[in-house]
Amino acid sequence: MLRVDVEKQLGEFTLAASFSSEGRVTGLFGASGAGKSSLVNMIAGLLRPDRGTIVIDGETVDDTAAGIHVPTWRRRIGYVFQDARLFPHLNVAQNLDYGRRMNNLAPDPAQYRRVIDLLDIGALLDRRPGKLSGGERQRVALGRALLSRPRLLLLDEPLGALDEGRKLEILPYLVRLRDEANVPMVYVSHDAAELRQLATQIVMLKQGRVTSFGGVKVLT
Amino acid sequence: MLDITPTEWTAILLSLRVAVIATLVATPFGIALAWLLARREFWGKSVLDALVHLPLVVPPVVTGYLLLLTFGRRGLVGAFLADHLGIVFAFRWTGAALACGVMSFPLLVRPMRLSIEAIDRRLEQAAETLGAAPWKVFFTVTLPLALPGVLAGMVLGFAKAIGEFGATITFVSNIPGETQTISSAIYSLIQTPDGDAAAGRLVIVSIVLALGALIVAEWFARRATARLHGN
Repeated sequence: MLRVDVEKQLGEFTLAASFSSEGRVTGLFGASGAGKSSLVNMIAGLLRPDRGTIVIDGETVDDTAAGIHVPTWRRRIGYVFQDARLFPHLNVAQNLDYGRRMNNLAPDPAQYRRVIDLLDIGALLDRRPGKLSGGERQRVALGRALLSRPRLLLLDEPLGALDEGRKLEILPYLVRLRDEANVPMVYVSHDAAELRQLATQIVMLKQGRVTSFGGVKVLT
Repeated sequence: MLDITPTEWTAILLSLRVAVIATLVATPFGIALAWLLARREFWGKSVLDALVHLPLVVPPVVTGYLLLLTFGRRGLVGAFLADHLGIVFAFRWTGAALACGVMSFPLLVRPMRLSIEAIDRRLEQAAETLGAAPWKVFFTVTLPLALPGVLAGMVLGFAKAIGEFGATITFVSNIPGETQTISSAIYSLIQTPDGDAAAGRLVIVSIVLALGALIVAEWFARRATARLHGN
């Protein structure tokens, strides 16, 4: 469960968003500049709201009135960025294992195998990120986020940097992720078609405000 | 080929010892300072930055004199260290190491700072979202990615330390076997009537050491680029 009620002034731009979602995949939809990324960065703790509250899975991670701001690294979230952001000095296997090591979690070979199979990245484990295609990089980034065992997965335009062909290559993996990984997701996109395939709930943002909220039919 | 006499060896080995110790002790401070200058905004940052570069522009004899005033037997810090910790810098090889460390510090910090600045901060953010506390981000992402720059800084600092002359001779004088490094040995030999051959040998040694260090530093710099591109 995710509950967001925040305000943030970013230069001339005012972001004031309020919604709560029980859905498996909450789609954040809006044109570029609508405030989607800022909103996700606030959920991740990378950006601090001027006013308001954010509650993830029953835990208040931001409450400006009470002076609560849980730092990013303690939020137990996963974040897949548009530009993968794999660690260039580590190979794929080490990238995948990073979150587990940082959180001092015991190795879970079964879960590791599951995620690798789910994303079809078993053949890439020894490679360096520099030797991967854009689509492969994004799949590894998904795996890396999942293996840190987050309670919420944030995906900020994960297909945004890929061409049409690559998008179609990744989309089925995201659908599988939604159906099998059992982690609630916030999926940011400006592409209605993408969200229609993936999201179970939609939050529509326009110029920093939530204009509608509901099932995927609000996209039409 | 080079017929190096025992006295000359003493100077060479002392120079190496002084430069190695100076570099090793200066490195942790250098990394901390490089990170501070590259990643943090704070009051007095430009003053600190200028202070770090000071030994590069102030006459070495001035730096040496200031070290003598501060770390000499009767200096404020020097007296304290000698009385309480038994560490003496004045006219000892440790003093030469201190002078070399201070003089080479700007050269040591610079490549470290540049390599930290070149690291994409978004990678550090990604590490945070994966549950890494800030100090873990530093040791698992920032430092490994900056490592070639750190090594390049160490090599450059070492090369500078091994050739340091002005501050060292001012601070700890020119005592054979204790504070006479390659540079001060050359200086003494030039002033001796038949010291030319010996001075020539030491000149060749110091050029070889400096050149070798530069080549190694360049090699590290290339590795840094490859590392940042993940190949």
